[in-house]
Amino acid sequence: MSHIEILRAGVLTTCQDAGRPGWGHLAVPPSGAADRPSWRLANQLAGNPTGACALETTLNGATVRAHRNVTVVVGGAPCAVTVDGRPESWGQPVKLQAGSVLDAGPAEVGVRSYLAFSGGLHPKSSLGSHSTCLLSGLGPAPLKDGDTIPLGPSPAHPPLPTQWPAPWAGIGEDIVMKLHLGPRLEWFRPEAVAELTRGVWTVSEHSNRIGLRLEGPSLKRTDPAAELPSEGIAAGGLQVPPNGQPILFGADHPTTGGYPVIGVVGPEAQAAAAQARPGTRIRFVPLPMPHWSKRS
Amino acid sequence: MSTGRTTAAPRLRPLPAGPRGILIDCGTTAAARACYRSLQNRRMSGLLEAEDLVPGATTVLVDGVDEPELLAAELPGWPLTEEPEAVGEAVEIPVCYDGPDLEAVAALWGVSTDDVADIHSGIEYEAAFCGFSPGFAYLEGLPERYHVPRRESPRTKVPAGSLAIAGPYTGVYPRTSPGGWQLIATMTNPGRLWNEHREPAALLIPGTRVRFAAVRV
Repeated sequence: MSHIEILRAGVLTTCQDAGRPGWGHLAVPPSGAADRPSWRLANQLAGNPTGACALETTLNGATVRAHRNVTVVVGGAPCAVTVDGRPESWGQPVKLQAGSVLDAGPAEVGVRSYLAFSGGLHPKSSLGSHSTCLLSGLGPAPLKDGDTIPLGPSPAHPPLPTQWPAPWAGIGEDIVMKLHLGPRLEWFRPEAVAELTRGVWTVSEHSNRIGLRLEGPSLKRTDPAAELPSEGIAAGGLQVPPNGQPILFGADHPTTGGYPVIGVVGPEAQAAAAQARPGTRIRFVPLPMPHWSKRS
Repeated sequence: MSTGRTTAAPRLRPLPAGPRGILIDCGTTAAARACYRSLQNRRMSGLLEAEDLVPGATTVLVDGVDEPELLAAELPGWPLTEEPEAVGEAVEIPVCYDGPDLEAVAALWGVSTDDVADIHSGIEYEAAFCGFSPGFAYLEGLPERYHVPRRESPRTKVPAGSLAIAGPYTGVYPRTSPGGWQLIATMTNPGRLWNEHREPAALLIPGTRVRFAAVRV
């Protein structure tokens, strides 16, 4: 079994698995890895079953010591990888001997790197998930230097041999997102859709796993004083508070909210949002409301 | 035991909430509760596959459905039981009416602080929905004449176990957090509200009936 030891936790390193979906009715955010495809691929390359818990770093990586022989894959945001000071491969399985130190350096682009260890990590779980949730405080606390995390038994399947490049998604400086309009489009002035189509928003530095705060054109409501009774928020919801500056909700989003959601982005855009640094430019391609939602 | 009134519910309005979600606007809180129960029953009997059902004040979010358009097409014909049989006993929560906003609320209600305790603990509430923090339930039941506004400036730190009111709702904070509601009482054992090792983890799940018992210390 044994464990890994965090030597340098960086700005924010958390344990993340598939999260705890299905508890929204108790006000439990879904949480889980913010960039799902990267987390999933890192686990696959490490030979782990779907859903294993990995480390998620933020901007400046992390350093860990392995206390048993273990295979690790560093993926997601590209970064320099070293083992005991020697350069090693990013995005590929790397063998660590017991006692070796792995360093995942600052993200060259993007925000979040994933460190998947063969056997997966087994920190404390809550409601069936090992994920840290920044909003609710559920799951293990964000990691600190010196923390240790138990490793699970090595998987029966050895890590995948990869002589070909693994299909890591590229991370761009500009992001174009498909935005499924609704549920509360009718709360906005008619010109809001045109604004969404031609506007460019910039990711604010006050962004985190809960959501990206976007700075740009104001999305104006028909009645700024109207109050929306609290309602459930879907993953990827674009909520517009009274100041008109939208918030794109991430993995640790609140389950309900009292400001209208003008549109919702799908899983692919949510993953891209998880790698969007402050300053990243975001544009939207609004997709019309489906025919069944039209008032009869 | 009431058998409930069954009505066709033309009020249910499906709104798109992303590629795999529907927000059902039910119009009223009563319809939202009935709709939530109906969705739960459908899910339990295998008629609906959804990752999450999240009730709101007058809505239910159905998230993680493969074909939202099929659910949307079914909705207008749904019979909803408006007043279902009450399920189980009401949960009793002992509280001490000693909150820092008790006098302000007494002034707004035009009664004494003792009367606030009597009036508030004399009502049976129902958890309409959860939000804000795991295990925080929005409890309905306060008559409209007792609705009070939120505080003008929210507190940065409201202690766990604080019982607060705002608008039509009563709520008890499961853990220390910021909050803008008026604090009128304190729950003696706030640890009951949220326990990850219990099923369900929240004491007050949507649909739970609640009574507050005034205790003196």
